[in-house]
Formats: sequence, C-alpha cells, structure tokens
Amino acid sequence: MTRPLVPTLAALTALALASLFVGAASLDGQAGLLLWVSRIPRTAAAILTGAALAVAGVVMQQILRNRFVEPATTGTPEAAAAGLLAITLVAPAAPIWLKMIVAAVSALLGTVLFAALIRRLPPREIYLVPLSGLILSGVLGAGVTFVGWETDLLPYVSVWLMSGEFSGVIAGRYELLWIAGAAVALAWAAADRFAILGLGPEAATALGLNPRAVLRLGLAVVAIVTAMVVVTVGMFPFVGLIVPNLVTRVMGDNLRAALPVVALAGAGLVLACDLAGRIVIHPYEIPAGTILGVIGALAFLWLLWRGDRDGR
Amino acid sequence: MIEVTDLSFTVGGAQILAPTTLTLPAGQITALIGPNGAGKSTLSRLIARVETPPPGTVRVNGRDVATTPGGLLARELAFLGQHTGLASRLRVRDLVAFGRWPHCHGRPGPADHAAIARALAEFELEPLAQRFLDTLSGGQAQRAHLAMAAAQETPWLILDEPLNNLDLAHARGLMVHLARLRDAGGSVLIVLHDLNFAAAWADHVVAMKAGAVVATGRPEAVLTGPLLSALYDTEIEVTVHGGRPLVLHHLAPA
Repeated sequence: MTRPLVPTLAALTALALASLFVGAASLDGQAGLLLWVSRIPRTAAAILTGAALAVAGVVMQQILRNRFVEPATTGTPEAAAAGLLAITLVAPAAPIWLKMIVAAVSALLGTVLFAALIRRLPPREIYLVPLSGLILSGVLGAGVTFVGWETDLLPYVSVWLMSGEFSGVIAGRYELLWIAGAAVALAWAAADRFAILGLGPEAATALGLNPRAVLRLGLAVVAIVTAMVVVTVGMFPFVGLIVPNLVTRVMGDNLRAALPVVALAGAGLVLACDLAGRIVIHPYEIPAGTILGVIGALAFLWLLWRGDRDGR
Repeated sequence: MIEVTDLSFTVGGAQILAPTTLTLPAGQITALIGPNGAGKSTLSRLIARVETPPPGTVRVNGRDVATTPGGLLARELAFLGQHTGLASRLRVRDLVAFGRWPHCHGRPGPADHAAIARALAEFELEPLAQRFLDTLSGGQAQRAHLAMAAAQETPWLILDEPLNNLDLAHARGLMVHLARLRDAGGSVLIVLHDLNFAAAWADHVVAMKAGAVVATGRPEAVLTGPLLSALYDTEIEVTVHGGRPLVLHHLAPA
C-alpha cells in the first residue's frame, strides 16, 4: 500500500535539493542569505503549490464523482480572481488578509456554482462535466478580463489568471501558501469521508455520513487551496488533473493511502517544471505554469482519449 | 421493529407512495414484492432515509429516522440500493472495510477486522479482496457491496433488489446468509422480483401496487393465485412445494 510513497518521497527530496542550487545567481559569497531569502522560499512555495493543487484536484474528483475535473478547469481560479478584482476596486487599501478572505469566499461561490450546474447533467455523460467546467471558467475569465480592462487593472488580473510562476517568490511573499498546506492536512484528515462520498450520496448516508456536509467540506478545501495559490503565485493548470489520475490508477480511490502520494507527486511535478523553467534558457526563466500548460494539455488529451476505461 | 406511519412520497406532482402505515416485524425476513413502479424501492429507500424526508414518520427500533443522528442510525440499519453504474476504483477489501465506518470511523480495531474477514468469507470474496471494483463483473461487484452492508453488522439490513446480477448459486447463497442473520436475531427487509425467493425464504411478505400496500402476511397467505394474479394483472398459478408456495409465474395459463 505504501510502496509508491517511498520513491515519490525520494524523487521529491532530490528535486528539492536541486532546486536549492539552481538559479541565475551562484551560491558563493552570500550563499546563506540567498538560500534563506530566495531559494528555500521558492522551493517551499513550489512544493506547497503542487501538493495543494493535486490534493484539491483529487478531492474535487471524489466529491463530484468525475475523474476529469479539477479546480483550474472548472472556474475556481477565475472566481477567486473575480473576488480579488472586486475587493481591489471597492477597497484598494484593504489589508491582505481581507483580500485573501474575499478571494477564498469568491472561489467557494464559483465552485458551488459549478457543483450546482453539473447536478443537472446526466451522470453517465462523464465528458459533459469537464466541458461545462471549461465553459464556466471561460465565461468567468472573460468577465474578469473585461472588468480588468475597463478599470485598468489588467496587469493584476493577468498575474492571477495567466500561468503561475515562482520567480517573484522571496521570504515574506509566499507564506499564505501554508494556509493551502493546512487545507491539505484537513483533506487528509477527512480522506475516508471523501472516499465514501465517492461511492455516492446514498452509500454515504447509509454509512451514517451527511453527504452534504462532506461535500461542503470538500468544496471549502478546493476553494481555500485555489484562492491561496492564485493570490500568491498565480494559477497552475492540470496539476490537479494529471497527478490524481495517474496515482489513483495505481493505488485506487482509497484516499487515506493515496492522498500522501498525490500530494508528494503534485509537489514533485510543479517543482520539476519550475526547475526546468530555470534551466532551459538559463539565466532567464520560463514560468513553471507555461511548462505545465504544455505538458498538461497533452496529458489531458491523453486522459480523455483513453476514456472511461476505469469505469467512471 | 420498523413502524411506518402515514408515509407518502410525491415527485413532481406524481404520487409514488400513497400514505402508508405499516409495521415490519423484527427477527424476520420481510420480502417486499409487486410489479414495476409499485413503490417498493421508494418505500425501502425512505425507511433507510436515503430519500429526502417526506411527510410521515419511520421508526426503526423506536428511533425516528428523520431526527436520529445519521451515525447512530448507521449502527441500527444497513442499506444497499440499486447501482447507478458509477464505480469507484476501490479495492474490494477497502470497500468492505467502509462498512465498518459507523463503528470505527476509519480506525478499525480487532472486532472490525474480524467483521471484515467474516463478510469477505461469507460472500466468497477472499480471492478478489485485492482487486479493484471497476475490474469486477456485475455480479462480483454486487457481492462486494453486499459484503460491505453485511460488515456493518446492524440489527436491520435493508436490500433493494440485491439479487440483480447474481448467478443462481450466489443468489441462493445470499438468502442462506440472510436466513442465518435472522436465526441469529437479525431483521431483514428485501425488495424481491423473483417471487419464489420470497416464497421460499421470507417469513413475512408485503405486496405493493401503484404506490400502496395491498396485502401483508405470511408467504402462504399472500402468495396465492388470486392475489398474485390481481397484483400483477396477469393470471398466475401457485402450487405447493415442500410446504411452501411455488409460484408458476413463468407458465402461461392453459
């Protein structure tokens, strides 16, 4: 059961060590300062982002019972951005914690809207669900972009919605991601509940759970993770889609066992993309989100083409 | 004992269940029979509180299912519904282990492991224990779900058409299992389409038609030619085999 855990952890450790030693600046002279202010925060940010997005993806897939959904393709980041835009327009001087809360609440509303939308879809039409998500995210994104354009806030908006990256991460500017990390811990504590809800609301009721309460908890995890990531480093597509699909193919939907591997693999994927982005055109950088977009789109197509072979 | 009082159910103006008052005896196997659309599934789902609470009350062993906390009820009754076709990618053992959730909340002790092992053995699932559900045949998956409900080890077990997908050996095996539960003091409510399973194994039969209960009683009292013919709007002959009714529903009358 824990077999995939050890190699995943080993790979992530190797990537993290590499991440500490790769970058535009060399590590002689003020190595301690560079590590402490830049490399360690950047590495931590990539790990937290990847782990949180992958876990948010697997949670969403379980509670909505569809393998092809994740926050990034269902409008959650656009909803978070809409909230951020609104609070920036209404109260530009609002403290960061307030903006954070508004973004999280707005992300939650967007996710609830998506959950309500897909409830009307026939359950066997599994591809309608991700398609609806893409449409919803397109509509929300267009709205946010339009308002951003009209109000001259487009540069901010694009930071949130365009491919995320870690080059701006230094100590003191990424710590909100630990809240996303806390949401992951919460998801792990509730892993069995999410897996039972994955059996369907009836089965969950029969086992004494309140399916609506579990659904709310899951949506809250998804919203908090997405909002914190969008606000801090921008959105990374496909992490929540590819990683859970690959891990659960091997380990199944027993989330208690699979969730740590999902988290570690998600962290590894984002960190690897960030590292690759730092290396390919050294000393310049390609955003990790851009690299993920390319890899992820191909992997997403492969998953769709591979289809419903796992019975979902 | 399950007491149903003035229970009714309406969907979009269509009455699925007319106001129903009914008592299901404890310590017996009760079979719920009737034609398609009679409201059998709805009644069983309402008793198992997986359908939103409608007008009327259901008491299971004295507890009102609308107000009793779900966790408490899950130690009072287990329910297995008909499958939607969406399969989780769980290993059979993990699925059966979820049957112990109401007792251990994810921290199984020796008693839970023993119950899981019993359920796996009872439904001949040991060779499949490490298989993923979505790689099983319909009947194998049905047995895995039955084992989950059995592992819950509740005083009441409610099954909605559990014989679906089961071959005849496993169908009979399930009835043997239910009879053993009954002999150990358990109570079972089972929605059945095959009247002869009801005739051979049930202690009590509830016949439903068009959302209403039309007859209740011992199998030999309910499973009679005239009553079944009226119930299904089809002439049905009933004979006796081994002291129990044998329904010849597959034969057209001469």
